Amino acid sequence: MAEIKIQNLRKTYGEFTAVEGSSFTINDGEFFVMLGPSGCGKTTTLRMIAGLEVPTDGLIHLAGQDVTYNPGSQRDIAFVFQMFALYPHMTVEKNISFPLRVQGLSRKVIRQKVDEVSTMLQIKHLLKSGVGGLSSGDRQRVALGRALIREAKAFLMDEPLGALDAEFRDLMCEELRLLHNRVKATTVYVTHDQIEAMSMADRICIMDQANVLQIGSPEEVYQRPATKFVAGFVGSPSMNFIEGQGGFTKGTAQVSVKGGVIPVPVMHEDSSSQTSIVGARPEHIALSDTGSIRGEVFGVEYMGARQLVTVDTPSGRLRARADNQHRVNTGDIVGLDFDPSSLVVFDGVSERAIDSDLFRSASNV
Amino acid sequence: MVDKPVMLKVGEATPRARTMAAALVILYALITMVPLVWIVATSFKSPGDSISYPPKVIYDPTLEGYVNLFTTRSRQTAEYIDGLGEPTSWADELVRKRNMVITGPSRFIGRFTNSLIIGFGSTFLAVFLGTLAAYGFSRFKVPFKDDLLFFILSTRMMPPIAVAIPIFLMYRKLGLSDTALGMILLYTAVNVSLAVWLLKGFVDEIPLEYEESARVDGYSRLQSFWKIVLPQMRSGIAATSIFCLIFAWNEYAFALLLTSGEAQTAPPFIPSIIGEGGLDWPAVAAGTTIFMLPIVFFTVLLRNQLLRGITFGAVRK
Repeated sequence: MAEIKIQNLRKTYGEFTAVEGSSFTINDGEFFVMLGPSGCGKTTTLRMIAGLEVPTDGLIHLAGQDVTYNPGSQRDIAFVFQMFALYPHMTVEKNISFPLRVQGLSRKVIRQKVDEVSTMLQIKHLLKSGVGGLSSGDRQRVALGRALIREAKAFLMDEPLGALDAEFRDLMCEELRLLHNRVKATTVYVTHDQIEAMSMADRICIMDQANVLQIGSPEEVYQRPATKFVAGFVGSPSMNFIEGQGGFTKGTAQVSVKGGVIPVPVMHEDSSSQTSIVGARPEHIALSDTGSIRGEVFGVEYMGARQLVTVDTPSGRLRARADNQHRVNTGDIVGLDFDPSSLVVFDGVSERAIDSDLFRSASNV
Repeated sequence: MVDKPVMLKVGEATPRARTMAAALVILYALITMVPLVWIVATSFKSPGDSISYPPKVIYDPTLEGYVNLFTTRSRQTAEYIDGLGEPTSWADELVRKRNMVITGPSRFIGRFTNSLIIGFGSTFLAVFLGTLAAYGFSRFKVPFKDDLLFFILSTRMMPPIAVAIPIFLMYRKLGLSDTALGMILLYTAVNVSLAVWLLKGFVDEIPLEYEESARVDGYSRLQSFWKIVLPQMRSGIAATSIFCLIFAWNEYAFALLLTSGEAQTAPPFIPSIIGEGGLDWPAVAAGTTIFMLPIVFFTVLLRNQLLRGITFGAVRK
């Protein structure tokens, strides 16, 4: 188990920049999820950590050792591929024991380890069978087994649940997290699925277009997103964005938008441009008769304890996750009330979150 | 729709279409089998039966052709043969009926051995080089890759015999004429382009993840090639080997041109088997029959490898 330290890591392919100078540290024993849309550079970063790609620039330290230019075979890490990459010409047992056989361990030790790992993953009954006929879940377990058996310094997983059915994915998600709690291995997990990331990660690193946008706990990236992209990518249904009009100065606690004024946390910066964007999660908008913005109900989704109400306002279509005490119907005119302490204001040009009480309260926690 | 007995999927053949297709295939197989059956039948005929007209379909089978193929004989007077005492073997007896005695083995075994050495030698070389080249082209960034691949392919754009004269002159200068090495090199050169292209297709289909996984687990690139890629290329290598072997085994024109003694292969030798009063057809047919066997044997042996993709199901695409 080890800490992974990444400094100014860059990767370019000719003109194309896949990863742009990112720096971060993955703590020992942490479940670190790299999240982003496809092509954002998360997999390339992972492959550089694994030694499958040579960085254009930057350093990778693994357990305090510079491994930037070491081949993967000398890094002592385990990699779980999206397509599992189980060797088709070997049985389950041979697949799982492969890394140990490479190391040339004695047969007795290997048998013992295989026994241990296969018991933990509940695939003991499959050891003698080939990998061709396995279900995707069992294949996933075999791939995990092959990674676990090594007790490597770190586990790298490239969308390991991407090839599974939705139903099974939730189950594997849970299993993976439980497994991690048990073995406490440093894990770097790449996914484009924000729900997976939110439910498993100790910390999430969100990337877009080769850049790291934010690194933080699931709560942090959800409550206090650093950019508009992060805010929109994390959470479902996604955050509402309302265009603000005009700039504001430090100390302001409201932003005027089309159709009204929205109260926001006290700003700690002047706005750097003449436009801004207010970000409000659906659960931070309530229906009320005295609401600061009014609009016509476009649609209602009944969700048991709550209702998801879509409202057409002068500022665009907004979604509110309201309680069910007052059911509304399509066509009703309703007012929307915002929870001022939870709203995020982004700069309209750079789309960066503007420092406010929201972030200050975070640092106190 | 109610009276339709079987539900068919879109694009699936109806039972009647399938029966007709099967009948066509069987008919085609029978037609292509005729020359082969003819050759095998002739090999068991006596010289007289083999050239009788109309051709005999029913005849007394004899092994005379095979005996003639493997031996050299000389004609003797009846008195001389009577003086020899008891025949030493059934072959001896067979030959004596024609007033001949066996004077020694023929050169067929030597020619057949040449064919084996040259055929398998060139196949091994072509497939070995082809496998490495295919892996390189498939996995590495090779400068001018497309041009190189086209260049390799372009060697097949003319019939090899078109360069027979330059090769003949080159081989004479280099001392490669009528040597097994020369023939191996020649057949390898012709086959390697086919091998590279065929095998590259097979390597391309093996997902990169296998090797990457093996490399992360501690293998070097070469080790992962040996232990991970090569086993998965088995069917491709088997198929390529058969194609290369068939070419080298059957090649006639260059063999006729470049070999005459030491390194002569079976194809130019077999039709030159002269009996009394012209070609000894049963012996030629016997030679051809024996000559076909290795290819039949290997094709049957490798048929599973040829038909089955062993990577099936291991990777979800």
